[in-house]
Amino acid sequence: MTEIPEHLRKRAEAAKAKAKAAAGGDTPAADAPSADAAGGTAPAGDEKIPSHLLDRGTAAADMPAIPAGASAVPAGGSGPDGHNQRLLTVVKSGSIQDTRAMPVDKVHVWPHLLVAEFLAALVITLFTLLFSIFVNAPLLELADFNKTPNPSKAPWYFLGLQELLTMFHPMVAGVTIPGIGLFLLIMAPYIDKNPSKRPEDRKFAISLMTIHLMFWSVLVMIGSFFRGPGFNFVFPWNAGLFFEL
Amino acid sequence: MADGKKSGGMSQLSEQVQASQAWGSIFRPGSIFRKGYSDSPRNRSYVIMNSVLYHLHPVKVKRHAVKVSYTLCLGGLSFFLFILLTVTGIFLMFFYRPTAAQAWEDIQILQTAVGFGLLVRNMHRWAAHLMVLSVFLHMARVFYHGAYKPPREFNWVIGVMLLQFTLLLSFTGYLLPWDQLALWAVTVGTNMMGFTPVFGEQVRFVLLGGVEIGTDTLLRWYTLHVLMLPFVLVIFLAIHFWRVRKDGGISGPL
Repeated sequence: MTEIPEHLRKRAEAAKAKAKAAAGGDTPAADAPSADAAGGTAPAGDEKIPSHLLDRGTAAADMPAIPAGASAVPAGGSGPDGHNQRLLTVVKSGSIQDTRAMPVDKVHVWPHLLVAEFLAALVITLFTLLFSIFVNAPLLELADFNKTPNPSKAPWYFLGLQELLTMFHPMVAGVTIPGIGLFLLIMAPYIDKNPSKRPEDRKFAISLMTIHLMFWSVLVMIGSFFRGPGFNFVFPWNAGLFFEL
Repeated sequence: MADGKKSGGMSQLSEQVQASQAWGSIFRPGSIFRKGYSDSPRNRSYVIMNSVLYHLHPVKVKRHAVKVSYTLCLGGLSFFLFILLTVTGIFLMFFYRPTAAQAWEDIQILQTAVGFGLLVRNMHRWAAHLMVLSVFLHMARVFYHGAYKPPREFNWVIGVMLLQFTLLLSFTGYLLPWDQLALWAVTVGTNMMGFTPVFGEQVRFVLLGGVEIGTDTLLRWYTLHVLMLPFVLVIFLAIHFWRVRKDGGISGPL
């Protein structure tokens, strides 16, 4: 069963109580003359229903008492039992209507989401601000074409590629491998046909992605911290750090 | 006595302001700035419905979607860092000329002679690295949740494009200080691009605006960095955000 929201339930209860109070006020007045209930309500109805309709209604109500074929029967009722509707078909609610079996549990964006977003923005701003107060961005000496620094390193996110350059021909390392990697990444939703999102059903996809991410992370780490002069392998605790952000 | 008179005047003034045509033209009917805010489900809806936020967020989202442990805020943080980078970047543009003769000196002056110059440049630099990181982590998060599966396949494609634009933005910005770090990092990077098969030389020539890195390269990368790439990125961002909602909000719980 769906749980009725608190405020709606309260409103419905209030309305019910009000209706009850109104009915309670009426019935004693109707009961007071100790007449039957029909007699009590009929005079109230008389004021609004046009007299010719009322006559027809009372005639119809009296019908069972009148023998069949009597002139008092109105022309309308031609079917069995005087009804003129027929049941054509039964349409089940699920077949043409999009009925939701499980109602979705939702919360208001304000305040639940906006407050979290605001706090996150505040935290990241504070972090950036504090970090910037204490750590300066590098600005080395003026660019000089005649003075190649040793080692020359790409920005950190490209150091994985630079690391591949030490192992493969530049076309393979700089174009083919990242190109294929990127292509596979873009095509992931079209390659991975497994409809399940549960981790236990997608062990292969998760392993593959983890290996892929680890592969690049390790390459970037090596390129960043373990490459010294001549882009040779060094240990940072021996040779020092050759890394600028 | 004087205080009471003043506050009475103030409330009268604020009533007049709120009844004015100007106020009514700024805030939509139903806006909480017109009729005040008291906490009720209806007003909670109005906060979103009658403000520009309605372009970004629906009135309600699935309960699990607001769990920080699910999204780690990474997508939102990436977007916010982009805004922070835009703001700090505009500040830097006031003090920077993209020519080989002036660029480095402009930054030197910015850091030493401009109020908050050093701080803002630091923030721009660190926020840029953070954005690369957060976009990358956002991608990993989306993959591990299987959130790229139907109907969200194409939004994943747009997301990977956004990752590439982020990297390109960072890389084009890397050259701008025109110091030894910038020059040689970009030399390494563009040499790699020169190995593109068939038209590698042409790719490199277009990127550098010549056969070698020089003042033309600086102007070219500056334009890419401050204008073209942000412009393209914002368009893709808009599509990305729009698709998040059209594909039924963020992906369901696992």
